[in-house]
Amino acid sequence: MVPGRGRAGCGMTITSSAAVTPQFTAASGAAEPLTILAPDGTVAGETALSVAQVLEAIELMHLSRAVDAKGFSLQRQGRFGTFSPLSGQEASVVGAALALDPTRDWVVPQYRELPALLRQGFPLEAFLAYFTGKPAAARIPDGVNVLPLQIGLAAQIPHAVGLAWGLRQRGKDGVVLVFFGDGASSEGDFHEAVNLAGVVDAPVVFLCQNNGWAISTPRAHQSRAATLAARAPGYGIDGWFVDGNDLFAVYAAVSAAVDRARHGGGPSLVETVTYRMGPHNTADDPSRYQDAAVLEDWRSRDPITRVEAWLASEGRWDDGTAAAVKEQSIAAVEAAVKAAEAQPLPGVNAVFEEVVADPWPRLETQRRSLREANGDTA
Amino acid sequence: MTTMTMIEAVRDALRVEMERDERVMVLGEDVGRLGGVFRATEGLQDRFGPERVVDTPLAEGVIAGTAVGLAAAGLVPVIEMQFLGFSHQAFHQIGPQLARFRFRSQGRFTMPVTIRAPFGGGVRTPELHSDAIEAQFVQCPGLKVVMPSTAADAKGLLASAIRDPDPVLVCEPLKGYRLVKGEVPEGDYTVPFGTLRLAREGRDVTLVAWSAAVWVAEKAAEALAEEGIEATVVDLRSLVPLDVLGLSEAVAATGRCVVVHEAPLTAGFGAEVVATVQEETFYLLEAPIGRVSAPDTPYPAGALEDIYLPTVARVIAAAREAVKAA
Repeated sequence: MVPGRGRAGCGMTITSSAAVTPQFTAASGAAEPLTILAPDGTVAGETALSVAQVLEAIELMHLSRAVDAKGFSLQRQGRFGTFSPLSGQEASVVGAALALDPTRDWVVPQYRELPALLRQGFPLEAFLAYFTGKPAAARIPDGVNVLPLQIGLAAQIPHAVGLAWGLRQRGKDGVVLVFFGDGASSEGDFHEAVNLAGVVDAPVVFLCQNNGWAISTPRAHQSRAATLAARAPGYGIDGWFVDGNDLFAVYAAVSAAVDRARHGGGPSLVETVTYRMGPHNTADDPSRYQDAAVLEDWRSRDPITRVEAWLASEGRWDDGTAAAVKEQSIAAVEAAVKAAEAQPLPGVNAVFEEVVADPWPRLETQRRSLREANGDTA
Repeated sequence: MTTMTMIEAVRDALRVEMERDERVMVLGEDVGRLGGVFRATEGLQDRFGPERVVDTPLAEGVIAGTAVGLAAAGLVPVIEMQFLGFSHQAFHQIGPQLARFRFRSQGRFTMPVTIRAPFGGGVRTPELHSDAIEAQFVQCPGLKVVMPSTAADAKGLLASAIRDPDPVLVCEPLKGYRLVKGEVPEGDYTVPFGTLRLAREGRDVTLVAWSAAVWVAEKAAEALAEEGIEATVVDLRSLVPLDVLGLSEAVAATGRCVVVHEAPLTAGFGAEVVATVQEETFYLLEAPIGRVSAPDTPYPAGALEDIYLPTVARVIAAAREAVKAA
């Protein structure tokens, strides 16, 4: 019987709703995010990352930011298609990626997680080729453990669960890390996938980057829940609520989740609280909906400066190293752009290639017809 | 050869293919312990274990979506949509995801995934259990769509689907699961895609159908024969790929054509058949091409099914019309 709804007039007692309380309440979802590295570069507790790993991380973070700058410039020049920058979220992506062993673990991206792909071995040139509209050049090389970029938001989450489940079925010990955002967490695919992962104990880590925005829709419009991580117990899995601008905290949480998944403990949900410091993509204008003061506040907690402050305190970072890393990033991006743009433009055949293994006569007729219409004799 | 019902033929194909290839796994709602609501997977979990025959949560989207990942991991998933009408819950994972994953990944990830889906009317099922929505899947490039009407084809097309390196939707006419019986080859047996089956040959008119509509066309052809009209009955079996040559030849031979299907009229796959036939055989046609289908209305309650679905009488009338035309 529903508490407080005794059937009046049937001689039954009407119980007061105050007599019972729910086991879980909206308030029980509130939490402070896990933080290890403070904005001033001081560390609360310990980090399991070595200085060498942190140097690897800062290089990836700077490279990513250099790609953001170049991607915008190229899009404005008409040399790039629509492009989504990562700026502000680098610690979330890099901290999570560092927890993986690229030789056996997988990254299932959405589309804003470039440094995680790079760490898995995906070439920068191929990533850039995607934005120049050259599918063959953007192909994920064999042996690189990543799935393709995903534009249908949240659709990649079931794929990640299947991949993780399949790896286990095939007797492998790989773990799958899947990225999505606070917006995508509202999709049915999120719920169905996390639920199934729990049921089959899939070795997968759900990394929800809560960057505050789904284009212009703020986090509060996605869910009344205080944290998205609080959903985890509803699926019978672990949830983590983490400062997403803290490289060390993200690494710590995701490492624990990966370790648990690898050893049969099943999936975990990690929510990293971060901020999209740039627009949603090159077509977006955040000034129409974003509070400038809030943006400034987040800029003061930039994930890159935080790591640099820590490295400086370790005697491993100064203006000279900073300049060298930035210069090296820009050079790498310029070289990759040059290589991507040098790739041949696709012709009519590219419309038909890799649609199916064995194209049937009707497809071949269409191919011939389009080749003729386009004067394509290649 | 053994006589089997259609459901036995489906089960036989699954058993043979699971024995042939240890990567094949079956997943869906109620497919394991129960053996499926139609018993298509009966006995498979006992034989192959719960790791290969898996009862999933009630969630069509993730059944289809997880198959993408399982395939990427090297498995060969055979997923069941308990009813084709429920597959709308999974449409985004089937069309835009599964079907184009090879293309999107430029061949890095191929998707040897089979989707089995019972559908079709005439057995007084509740709402959304009967709808013939095959044309919606035909518009998903990268996905093959096959629709058997005989027990042998139910086995052979399913086996081909499981061995295919690309995703295939196999729509099974649920009314025929136990009603339709036939000779089915034992063991290894496949039917190639893109080849139609001539269910009957006649000189006067060509009836084109697939799945359960083939049975209606065959009954109509028998009745028409009694009045001296000899009909060819084409069972397309494979909508994607379509046997354009076989279809053209079968229509050219009579010059008259009627298409029969359970789906609503407008933009049903019959429209594609008509367009193809006129492109290929226009100057050999003796009469306008007729269509017998469901009306453009929602699938109705049981008491209205016999009005809604194509009937033998409507097919006969359309065939007479085609033959009568000068």
